[in-house]
Amino acid sequence: MDDIDRNIVNTLQVGFPICDAPYRQVAESLGISESELLARLQALLANGTLTRFGPLYNAEQMGGALTLAAVKIPAERFEEVTEIINAFPEVAHNYARSHELNMWFVLATETPEQQQQTIDAIARQTGLIVYNMPKLKEYFVNLRLEA
Amino acid sequence: MDDTDRRIMHATQAGLPLTPEPYQTLAEQLGLSKEEVMQRMAAMQTSGIIRRIGAVPNHYQLGYRFNGMTVWDVPDEQIDKLGQHVGQLPFVSHCYHRPRHKPDWPYNLFAMVHGKTQAEADGQIMQIAEVLGEYCRGRDVLYSTKILKKTGFRSSGA
Repeated sequence: MDDIDRNIVNTLQVGFPICDAPYRQVAESLGISESELLARLQALLANGTLTRFGPLYNAEQMGGALTLAAVKIPAERFEEVTEIINAFPEVAHNYARSHELNMWFVLATETPEQQQQTIDAIARQTGLIVYNMPKLKEYFVNLRLEA
Repeated sequence: MDDTDRRIMHATQAGLPLTPEPYQTLAEQLGLSKEEVMQRMAAMQTSGIIRRIGAVPNHYQLGYRFNGMTVWDVPDEQIDKLGQHVGQLPFVSHCYHRPRHKPDWPYNLFAMVHGKTQAEADGQIMQIAEVLGEYCRGRDVLYSTKILKKTGFRSSGA
């Protein structure tokens, strides 16, 4: 990753215009050509520096339900349980974390009922207690990491 | 949000097309005019259905190895005021009130911090502790040790 890539990552985290040729507009502000921006963006996505580029939707505003849930997995079962939980399409993100509650995942479902059903299904298939922690209030959300 | 908005959402869940005229590309895929796609996406952004259009980086690839979910036990009567303050700290990316699960989980305030070094993350955590002051009755920090899965938000209608 060179300075141009860093510039692209930082600029595109802030936002992206809605206009006829938005890549050209951003490229001009970065002092590179449209085709270079597109090629570099493609490479940043392909090599995993960026996990996504596009509109970020707010699940609740779309009528869906999001929650954060955690489980306490015995070390020897960690891989097996990871496979079970990741197999659920409702699991959008899943992180291993340094705590007794050692796995934390985000569930995205279309309805609150599906959320409970998914929590119950994960509990049944893993034999573990699933700690459901839906947000009660959001104070701030905006992830921006300087490259 | 109507069916056309939903179709635009499904078409862009994997990302925005990497073509010189991405909104035109979407319009062709969906059988809409470019103007309609642009108007609707702008409206969804204004109403908050789209938080923003942009890039999501992988923390680790950018050198942020210390991604801490800081969790705090604060009085319920104070949490809204405290949460607002913590959310305004420039390094906090997400801040929420979530339910406790006593006795295993006494924490109700969650704030995500991101540091390139342990010292940087520690400094951030100290600043949160300062904001909470005497209201902090307990705390912990859970560092992510591995991304096990990360997909864009998907709905089953996609």
